[in-house]
Amino acid sequence: MSHDYRPMWSDLGLDLDAHDALLDVLGKGYADIFLSQTNRPKGMEYFDFVMSEVHGLRIKELLDEKEQGRKIIGSYCVFVPEEIALAANATLIGLCSGAEFATEQVEQYLPRNTCALIKSSFGFKLGKVCPYLESADMIVGENTCDGKKKAYEILDDLVENLYVMDIPQVKSTQGRALLKAEYYRFKEAVEQLTGVSVTLESLKKGIEIVNNKRKAVHRLAKLRAASPAPISGLDALLANQVFFYDNPERFTASVNAICDELEERIQAENGVVTKSAPRVLLSGCPMAVPNWKLPWIIESSGAVIVGEESCVGERGTRNVIDDSGSTIDELMDALVDRYFKVDCAIFTPNKERLNHIEEMAKDYKADGVIHYGLQFCQPYLIESIPVEKALDKKEIPTLRIETDYSMEDVGQLKTRVEAFIEQLK
Amino acid sequence: MRFAGIDIGSRSIEVVVTENEKIVEYRQSDTGYNPLEHARKTLQGLTFDHLLATGYGRNLIEIEFDSPTVTEIKAYARGAKALYPQTSTILDIGGQDCKVISLYESGKIRKFEMNDRCAAGTGKFLEIMASTLGYPIEEFGAGALNFSNEITINSMCTVFAESEVISLISKGENRNDIAMALHKSVARRAISMLKRLGTNGSLFFAGGVANNGCMKELISNELELEVFIPEKPQLVGAYGASLLAQESYQ
Repeated sequence: MSHDYRPMWSDLGLDLDAHDALLDVLGKGYADIFLSQTNRPKGMEYFDFVMSEVHGLRIKELLDEKEQGRKIIGSYCVFVPEEIALAANATLIGLCSGAEFATEQVEQYLPRNTCALIKSSFGFKLGKVCPYLESADMIVGENTCDGKKKAYEILDDLVENLYVMDIPQVKSTQGRALLKAEYYRFKEAVEQLTGVSVTLESLKKGIEIVNNKRKAVHRLAKLRAASPAPISGLDALLANQVFFYDNPERFTASVNAICDELEERIQAENGVVTKSAPRVLLSGCPMAVPNWKLPWIIESSGAVIVGEESCVGERGTRNVIDDSGSTIDELMDALVDRYFKVDCAIFTPNKERLNHIEEMAKDYKADGVIHYGLQFCQPYLIESIPVEKALDKKEIPTLRIETDYSMEDVGQLKTRVEAFIEQLK
Repeated sequence: MRFAGIDIGSRSIEVVVTENEKIVEYRQSDTGYNPLEHARKTLQGLTFDHLLATGYGRNLIEIEFDSPTVTEIKAYARGAKALYPQTSTILDIGGQDCKVISLYESGKIRKFEMNDRCAAGTGKFLEIMASTLGYPIEEFGAGALNFSNEITINSMCTVFAESEVISLISKGENRNDIAMALHKSVARRAISMLKRLGTNGSLFFAGGVANNGCMKELISNELELEVFIPEKPQLVGAYGASLLAQESYQ
């Protein structure tokens, strides 16, 4: 890193030694997993830079924004609408929850058999290693799964600025009304935080910015249907992860630049793997930075990931918002329509997700599907069985993986994944 | 031309050399704490033209001998198909894992399942329990078959099951009865995997645990299956690997 950010981290209240240790592991992991790949698109250099500065320059930018009166809102879920934050002069960022940290401290607050993602979000707080969390003026929790909603009750004692959003569990008229009411309540909370009222123009602008960001990742997703795959699944996942951190307009431009390059690659049949490499669709729980274990195992075993049916992926970014409304309420309705389509496993029934998996497998020409479930994540683990059965009927080979953030099962996972890839050849 | 397959498992190493698909030589040894050293020794003096590695330690061989590798799933499927062509379901209970492989008629893998990250329901579990009850491992199954009263062991975890066994011993339970209960707990686990994948009339049972007559009986009774056990069930992976060595050479 070119700049000394230690005073900044120290001002944010981070534990510098623990944070150094985290960055060290992150840097090494990134070099081993990402930089060791061959024939990467040149445009990935931007994402390498973002990752090298993920706790540095990006935090400095956020603090500079704060200096100028903008507010920073941290979120743990794709149900928190970035459009509303932007419209009220706030920046929305995803909070860290992709690595095991300060586990012993976490287990003083949460049972051992809590999913790794929830534990991780506590670990980053208790270990004082997440500059995003510490920069945030408001932290938004959301009542999605039971684990998260109960954990927020406890998190509320650990942070001063937690706001909890209720989320429906059924896609009914009442469910939609609840989501709309909650988005209005969120809008008011953000307006109160920033002192800036959302206007028709500002909401339109917010929608436009986020729509553009989503369109860019949709474009990236479509290009991955090409054979040979023009970009690795790891690199595409990284772009989907950076989606939650980066300045939205700069992110959009950078993803579009990669897409331009990928179009040329596709024309020249220049892939990151050969045409014969098995193509895998990854489906299931979200993968937050730096949770790269399973994609890394899959791609280092000779397959290529061609899509992520995940919150950090197409489930989270699918669909754009109709911005033609002429009143705030019309735009809010359009916004609710878009978010209400997110087929998270907390919904019941949730047939849409199954359809989407089948659709993605077909569109991206996947030879097989690997279902990734975090241990103790009931919603996705329970859905994994009907998913497997439905794919079986369509003769799409499926492998169900249940794991966490630790490295102890890498050997066994590798055997399973390699055997699955042999099966696809 | 002679083809060798080496299967480096968690507990033992097997090497099979084939010529025209017939086994001409085989060896077995313990994996120990230095599998590469043991693998080298096991291969020493054998003559073959091509080698292919499988099992938990396959990547060690890949680097040292510049040989291709396949997973044990594929190796077992290949070996089983050659030894028992009508097979569509394979159960392998080895030292540290338990897997079920379901095949298409062509021999291609349809689906497989493996146990989770611990040794519950594997050979290691039986080995530890046999030693707790004072049986040589070879006599454990026969002892269990001599049971007279039915008891149940609930724990699948090796550590918890051992405590359960100790409390049963201290209650004065007959060791054959305890042995039967332990076998049933391992069989239950394998049976539930077999049921999930579905079986079709017969089962090919491989891995060291296939030598245990009690396991065979429990599984075949519960699932009403004909269970086929090859002469040397531990060698199936290495044999499959040698056949795949030949195919990958051709």
